[in-house]
Amino acid sequence: MSTATATSPVRAVTRSRLFWPAVVLVVLLLANLAFTPDFFALHLRGGHLYGSLIDILHFGAPLILVSLGMTLVIATGGIDLSVGSTVAISGALACLHISESTDPGSLATVLTALGIALGTALVLGAVNGLLVAKAGVQPIIATLILMVAGRGVAQLITDGQIITVTSDPYKMIGGGYWLTMPFAILLSALVVLATVLLTRSTALGLLLESVGGNPVASRLVGIRAMRLVALVYVFSALCAALAGLMVSSNVSAADGNNAGLWIELDAILAVVLGGTSLNGGRFSIGGTVLGALIIQTLSTTVYTIGIPPETTLVFKAFVVIVVCLIQSPVFRAKFAARGARTRRTTRSHTAAPTNREVGA
Amino acid sequence: MRQQPVLEVRGIRKEFPGVVALDGVDFRLFPGEVHALMGENGAGKSTLIKVLTGVYQSDGGEVVLAGERVRIAGPLQAQQAGISTVYQEVNLCPNLSVAENIFIGREPRRFGLVDWAAMRRRAAELVRELDLDVDVSAPLNSYSIAVQQLVAIVRAVDVSAKVLILDEPTSSLDRDEVRQLFAVMRRLRDQGVAILFVSHFLDQIYEICDRMTVLRNGRLEGEYLTSELNQVELVSRMIGAELAGLHQLGGGKRRERTAPTGKAFLQADRLTRRGAVEPYDLDIRPGEVIGLAGLLGSGRTEAARLLFGADQSDGGTLRIEGAVTALRSPRDAIAHGIAFCSENRKTEGLVGELTVRENIVLALQASRGWMRPLPRAAQDAYALRWIRALDIRPNNPEALVRNLSGGNQQKVLLARWLITDPKLLILDEPTRGIDVGAKAEIQKLVANLAEDGMAVLFISAELEEVLRLSHRIGVLRDHRMVAQLDNDGELTPERVMATIASGADQ
Amino acid sequence: MNAHALLTRLRGQIPLLVTAVLLVSMFSVGSVQYEGFFSGQVVLNLLIDNAFLLVVAVGMTFVVLTGGIDLSVGAVVALSTMVSAWLVEQHGWPPLLVIPLVLLMGTAGGWLMGWIIHVFEIQPFIVTLAGMFLARGLCYTISVESISITDPQYTAMAQTRIPLGSLFVSPSALIALLVVAVAFVVLHYTRLGRNVYALGGSEQSALLMGLPVQRTKTTVYAISGFCSALGGVLLTFYMLSGYGLHAVGLELDAIAAVVIGGTLLTGGSGYLLGTLLGVLVLGLIQTVISFQGTLSSWWTRIVIGALLFVFIVLQRLITARRR
Repeated sequence: MSTATATSPVRAVTRSRLFWPAVVLVVLLLANLAFTPDFFALHLRGGHLYGSLIDILHFGAPLILVSLGMTLVIATGGIDLSVGSTVAISGALACLHISESTDPGSLATVLTALGIALGTALVLGAVNGLLVAKAGVQPIIATLILMVAGRGVAQLITDGQIITVTSDPYKMIGGGYWLTMPFAILLSALVVLATVLLTRSTALGLLLESVGGNPVASRLVGIRAMRLVALVYVFSALCAALAGLMVSSNVSAADGNNAGLWIELDAILAVVLGGTSLNGGRFSIGGTVLGALIIQTLSTTVYTIGIPPETTLVFKAFVVIVVCLIQSPVFRAKFAARGARTRRTTRSHTAAPTNREVGA
Repeated sequence: MRQQPVLEVRGIRKEFPGVVALDGVDFRLFPGEVHALMGENGAGKSTLIKVLTGVYQSDGGEVVLAGERVRIAGPLQAQQAGISTVYQEVNLCPNLSVAENIFIGREPRRFGLVDWAAMRRRAAELVRELDLDVDVSAPLNSYSIAVQQLVAIVRAVDVSAKVLILDEPTSSLDRDEVRQLFAVMRRLRDQGVAILFVSHFLDQIYEICDRMTVLRNGRLEGEYLTSELNQVELVSRMIGAELAGLHQLGGGKRRERTAPTGKAFLQADRLTRRGAVEPYDLDIRPGEVIGLAGLLGSGRTEAARLLFGADQSDGGTLRIEGAVTALRSPRDAIAHGIAFCSENRKTEGLVGELTVRENIVLALQASRGWMRPLPRAAQDAYALRWIRALDIRPNNPEALVRNLSGGNQQKVLLARWLITDPKLLILDEPTRGIDVGAKAEIQKLVANLAEDGMAVLFISAELEEVLRLSHRIGVLRDHRMVAQLDNDGELTPERVMATIASGADQ
Repeated sequence: MNAHALLTRLRGQIPLLVTAVLLVSMFSVGSVQYEGFFSGQVVLNLLIDNAFLLVVAVGMTFVVLTGGIDLSVGAVVALSTMVSAWLVEQHGWPPLLVIPLVLLMGTAGGWLMGWIIHVFEIQPFIVTLAGMFLARGLCYTISVESISITDPQYTAMAQTRIPLGSLFVSPSALIALLVVAVAFVVLHYTRLGRNVYALGGSEQSALLMGLPVQRTKTTVYAISGFCSALGGVLLTFYMLSGYGLHAVGLELDAIAAVVIGGTLLTGGSGYLLGTLLGVLVLGLIQTVISFQGTLSSWWTRIVIGALLFVFIVLQRLITARRR
């Protein structure tokens, strides 16, 4: 983020972290221009902004939220597979409460619904956090439990149906407009901002990066890693719950089966695309936001071009592998060795340049 | 005369970027002998073993095995050539049965399928030959480390019976287990196996070994018959402080030798942890520098870790400023004003991908908790102040710490703890592997800190610097604190060395 | 004999025993509770309905025993159904050519993932996650819609019932049992199988003992790929269609079956027969829920999740005490 006294090499580093994701995003956006000439156009209609860019932000808002939580989890060297289930559960709980209440349109009902959804997420996140931090279960396995059971729980809540609700205050969260903008965009921007503040203007970010970067050293400097790790799973669950509210509010319905399906994978992808290593340590919230936007733009692009949207999966597969290969030290070493050999054989340089870190 | 050596290494050389780890080392191993490989940290012991076992490739020299020049390309080739190794951490699969661990990769087969009955039968025979009481069909992890080590030896000998390398097999064994191991070693020796034995326990070396090779700073110091080299001579050859040089240090020694009196900041009373360090007493007063001397693996680090809560003691009491205190975690120790610079800078000290500034403020920040961040201005001030004070290079607080040299990384670690303003600073090998200039600076810093009233526990393998800095020296040997010597100006390196060698102050 | 050793050996069997007890008690309660539950055919139907899951879980067992994980199995199953349906229905290829081709494809895909995992030291879950994306995506490049199969050989496989006295099984169930038997022999009586266990115990040690670590690892993922493809073939017999949304979440069921069957997720300990029991438990949960009638299908997921929780905590307790 903004570092006041940053000297030029540092700025180079921060830039290189966000540079490639930004380039990819811009290229994707420009590619759309070829198919949709008015892609960048924004219209103000009835006091609401419309346009493809707004759509991308709007539909990408839940993914941004989920990825945000995932970023902090991954920074500690963990992973949270249960976010998709949490999305479904929170939407289901909120919609159930609203649909059963006598006055679905009242603010009080909606606030209670939000309270129920977020409170439940708190508990779910705490269970994940305790399993990982206290019981020492591998994160992928600990969160797998909720991933499996969570869908069933969500369907149990909705009784296998799709619960539709008509509630204006609830509709606001995911489908409403405020100050010409979709409220979801503003909400997710607010959460992103709050998270940046939370991690960077407190010491939380530093301590998380320390725990993820070197757990042994972190214990020896007296960081209470257990608490921090448990905390990030709670945070991740809260972000997912908020995303679930957004998704269900946007369509005014809760679908226990399909809400948030595969979102954990997209979120992991967004985090990795944003330059945060799956091995933990340094994280970049800005990068994650860019990563999430790349994924959303990709979906939009594929949709407008008219390819079956499901085939984006093929593209995602290659992106995952390429990004992971670039992050793999072994791959870098091999790549660097090959580079050095070519350089030696071509003898084009007088002095062999030192291996530079591949930007990741 | 003796017969041909089974293994002979001539002029072996191994370089790492910037370091020559082995510089023309010769080494011979005869059949039917137990041979000790001795040397301190950085002497090249482990590098030599890794060359012999094919983990490293040598950059020069030759290895002759049973009269033939060989190239050892990897662990498998080493085994096939007849060199087997048993490491300190048992490298077997704890989840498999004893029999399988002995035979995996070369199981007896019938019709292409593993013949379990034959495997168990043969394993039982091998185990019986060495007089071990082991059920070969039980999983390996149902046995103690000692038995697991013996199983590893059974496997190693059965795979290839010419040369057996035992790399610190005894470090976590108790007395009876060591006796059992030695019995097996003698039996194998009598069968004509050549055994290379590495251990930090001098008594064990003298008990079991026929000859020894001493390495120092990557060079061969000499090859001796155990019966012809007494322990004091051995220690001086290993530590190799040029004694003449040490005497000239007089001017560099502390001016005033009077140890600070007054109430102890920390008192350890029969503090112990099983398998790490035997019960020891230690008092440290404010302004006092206590040195811990001893060979590598003598329990110096283990003793210090108990004082920091990095490991929990399982006996004895610890008093801090007079009050009995149980340190359950490093966090507890830090809250009491104790700081600990680990000897493993990379794995236990620094967070490589964080910046110099972040690494410096980490301990202070951790003690404040995440809700009370150090303002950025304060962080910069700390970082810049200590970068200047310790001359950390590059002098950029935003440089990633993993890109710094060893000496500068060490200074970052020091800075991290100094800004917490500790009452007791524990330094474990703070000058190892760093250049001479940085070394002198760190020594000076330690002296100054003590003069300002900080208590310091200074651990180092180099007697010279321990003597120069300390008011008092605790001597460790074989995980026991054998003596505490006052550094009153009369104390000589010879006496410290003799204490290390004999296990008592004479 | 060494009592401590005996205890340790028993402790390793606890999850397996728990599963066996669970299976028997579930079946007993079902028999008492519901009419027509206590019959051999109910047991055989478990096998018929879960043949593909059983095959996939066998492959997963190999991977988990090495300490890895394979998230791609469900997607590879779907891709196998899709490719089979596409080639047979839309290109008129003979099933006898298509089936080996599909099996080869799955094996090669698994081998490639194993190779990447080993050579570049990337976590298995992320590599197989990419494999999952790829396989599902490839399904949709063939067709977004479901392709139904009318080929007589496939329908024959779907409808054939092999009588066993008064009862019957399907060919798929027999194939699945055959896979279990072969896998059992491979795991317990070949060097490959023992190397799988060694790798799960300690990869470092396996390397120092001179075992072929790379070959074992790639083979294990290849086996899982083969089993997934075979599972896909069996699912094609069962569903008579190819569809990109077949077997969604199957990887979770397979992992659950393996864990409930007593295999440690950290690798190195477990039994193939445990996996068979695990699959039967999962199948029985579904059977009980369908016999109950008032319980909805989502209870299956919840119960599986709860079982997973219990078994993972149980594993933690066992491994923690071993230290």
